[in-house]
Amino acid sequence: MASGTKAAIAPPVSGPVGQVIVWVDQRFPLMSLWKGHLAEYYAPKNFNFWYYFGSLAMLVLVMQIVTGIFLTMNYKPDAKTAFASVEYIMRDVSWGWLIRYMHSTGASMFFLVVYLHMTRGLMYGSYRKPRELIWILGCLIYLTLMAEAFFGYLLPWGQMSYWGAQVIINLFAAVPFIGPELAVWIRGDYNIGDATLNRFFAFHVIALPMVLLGLVAAHIMALHEVGSNNPDGIDLSKHMDAKTGAPKDTIPFHPYYTVKDVVGVVVFLGLFSSIVFFAPEMGGYFLEKPNFIQANPLKTPEHIAPVWYFTPFYAMLRAVPSFFGSAFWGVMVMGAATLILFALPWLDKSKVRSIRYRGPLYKKFFAAFIVSFLVLGYLGVVPTTVWGQIPKALPIIGGLDTATLVSRILTAVYFAFFILMPWYTKKDIPNELPEPDRVTA
Amino acid sequence: MKHTMTRLLTSILTVAALASPAAFAAGGGNIHLDDAGINLKDKASLQRGARSFVANCLNCHSAQFMRWGHLTQIGLTEDQIKDNLMFNPDAKFGDYMTTALDPKDANAWFGAVPPDLTLAARSRGSDWIYTYLRSYYVDPSSPTGWNNAVFANVNMPHVLHDLQGSAAKIVVGEKMNHGKKEDVTKLVIERAGTMTQPEYDLYIRDLVNYMTYMAEPARVQRQQLGVGVMFFLVVAFFAALVVKREYWKDVK
Repeated sequence: MASGTKAAIAPPVSGPVGQVIVWVDQRFPLMSLWKGHLAEYYAPKNFNFWYYFGSLAMLVLVMQIVTGIFLTMNYKPDAKTAFASVEYIMRDVSWGWLIRYMHSTGASMFFLVVYLHMTRGLMYGSYRKPRELIWILGCLIYLTLMAEAFFGYLLPWGQMSYWGAQVIINLFAAVPFIGPELAVWIRGDYNIGDATLNRFFAFHVIALPMVLLGLVAAHIMALHEVGSNNPDGIDLSKHMDAKTGAPKDTIPFHPYYTVKDVVGVVVFLGLFSSIVFFAPEMGGYFLEKPNFIQANPLKTPEHIAPVWYFTPFYAMLRAVPSFFGSAFWGVMVMGAATLILFALPWLDKSKVRSIRYRGPLYKKFFAAFIVSFLVLGYLGVVPTTVWGQIPKALPIIGGLDTATLVSRILTAVYFAFFILMPWYTKKDIPNELPEPDRVTA
Repeated sequence: MKHTMTRLLTSILTVAALASPAAFAAGGGNIHLDDAGINLKDKASLQRGARSFVANCLNCHSAQFMRWGHLTQIGLTEDQIKDNLMFNPDAKFGDYMTTALDPKDANAWFGAVPPDLTLAARSRGSDWIYTYLRSYYVDPSSPTGWNNAVFANVNMPHVLHDLQGSAAKIVVGEKMNHGKKEDVTKLVIERAGTMTQPEYDLYIRDLVNYMTYMAEPARVQRQQLGVGVMFFLVVAFFAALVVKREYWKDVK
C-alpha cells in the first residue's frame, strides 16, 4: 500500500498535458473538483437573465482584488500623504488612473450586481429549504461587503471619506452607556485620524478580503451540495435521467453555462467600461465631488451623503425620530433592516418557491418592498428638505419634512414585507397557480 | 401571465436605472451655471490657459499635485515651459506647481489660506468655475470691496478686474420662490476693463479649459482608449454569442 498510487480519473485531454493531469490527480483531487463543480455540476437548463449575476459577482470580486493589489503598491495609508498618493496614482503611475477607476467603479458595480443577485433569490425563492444556508452565507457576504466598502471609502482621505466615516462611527457613539468609549475604541483616537486610517487600511486590504473569499467559497460549496434552484422554483429530482444520474431538466455547468456566462461577462464589461472610460464619477455618485478635496477636520461639507449603495439604510436611519434624547433607535432600525434578511427562509410559509406561481397578495407585498427600497435609496442621497414641508396646520405630522414622512412610511413597508410574511404567504395559498411538473422556458 | 411579475420587476429596475441620473442631477444648487465649453483637444486654448493660470492664480494658490513637467502633455516643450512659465529659478522641471505665498501670510492677509486648485475643476465643476470667475460685482460692505453672485461673501477679491472691469448688481424685477418674494438681479459692467466681455469670456474659457485638463490629465487618453475598448467588446459580444448558440444547439 505504501508505494501504491490512487487510480486517476481519466483526464479530459490526452498527450503530455493529460499525463500531467494524471500525475497531479494521483496526489490531489483535481479531476473530482473539476467534475464536481464544473463538468458534472448539473444546473437547471432554464436559467434566465437573472442568473448572470452570481458569476458576475465573482468576476467583480476578482477584479477588485487584482486592482486593489496594484493600488496598494503606490497608496500610502498615512493621513498626511494618503490624498496625495491617490493623485500620484492618477498622474504618475503608468495606467494608474485606469486601475483606480476600475477599483472605484468596481465597488459600485459589486453592489449593483449583488443587489440584482439577491433580488433573483427573493423572486424565485432560492432561500427556501434546502437552500437556507446558501442564503445565510450570502447575507454574511453582503454584510462583509458593506464593511469592506465602508473601510475602503476612508482611504482616499477626501472630505466625503472623512465626514462619511465620521457619521457612521458616530452611530456607534449613540449606543447607550458604552457609546463614547466604543467610538474612541473604533477610531483609535478622539477624532478620525492617522490611527483610524491605518486600521481601516488593514481591514480593507487583508482582514475583510480574506473573510469575503472564505464566505464566497462556502456559499458556492453549499450551493453545489444541494444544487441550483430554477426560475420555476420546482424540485427537479422527481424526474431523473438514468444515464447521467442527474435530473432530466439539468445540463452540465461546463460547457453550457460557462459559454453562456461569457456572453453575460462581455455585456457587463460593456456597461462597466462605459463608466470607467466615459463617466468614472458617474455624475458624482460613484466618486463624490467633495472627495476631490483633501479631508479637513475643521470644515464640514454642506451635505453629507453616503455612497448610493448605503442610502436605503441611511434614509431609514434619518427617518427614525430620537426618543428619550437618544438617536440609538435609528441605529437599531438600520441594523435590524439588514439582520432581518437572515430570517427570510423561516418567514416564508408559501407552498411554492417562485414568484411565477405565487398569489396576488405576495406580488403586491413584493412590489411594495422593491419600490420602498428604491425610493429610500433615492431619499438617502438628497437632503430631507427635497420635497418641502407638510403644512404646519396639520396635526401630528404638521411641520415635518415631507421626505422624512415618506421615509418613515417606506421603512414601515420594508419591515412589513418581512414581518407580515408568515401571514400573507399562508393566506395566499388558495390563489396560487399550480406549479408545473417540468421546467418552463 | 406567469412571467408578468418578472417582466414588471425588470421594467421597474430598468426605468429606475434610466431615470435616476436625471433625478440625481436635479439635486444640485439653484444657481444657473453657464456652459464652459470645455475642449481638451484644443491645445492652443490649453496653453493660453496654462499661461493665465501661472500668471494669475499661482501667486496665491498652489497646484500641489501637478508637475511642471506634465505640461508637455499640452504640446509645450521643456524649454518653453522653463522659459515662459516657471518664474522661480530654483524650481526643477519635475517639481510640483506650488505657490510662493506663505500660509501664515495668507491667513493674515485674506483670513484664509487660498485652496489648492489642482482638482478644483472636479470638486466644483468646470461650469461652476467658469461662471464664478465672471460673476464678481462691487460690494462696498465686503472687506475686499468685492462680492460674487455664485459664491456669496467669498474671501478672494476680483483679481481679474483690470481685464473684465467692474460690475454692479442691479435689481431688474421680482419673482416668487417657495412663497417668498425674491429680487431678480443682473450683473452689469459699470467701468470697462481692458477686454470686451466676449474677450474676457474667452480668456476665462481658456483658463477653465486648462484647469479641467489639470484636474484629470488622463482624460483625453481615457476617452480615446474607451472607444477602442468598446469596439473590442462589441466584437467580443458577437463572438461569445456565436459560441454560446453553437453549444446550446443540443439543449432541448
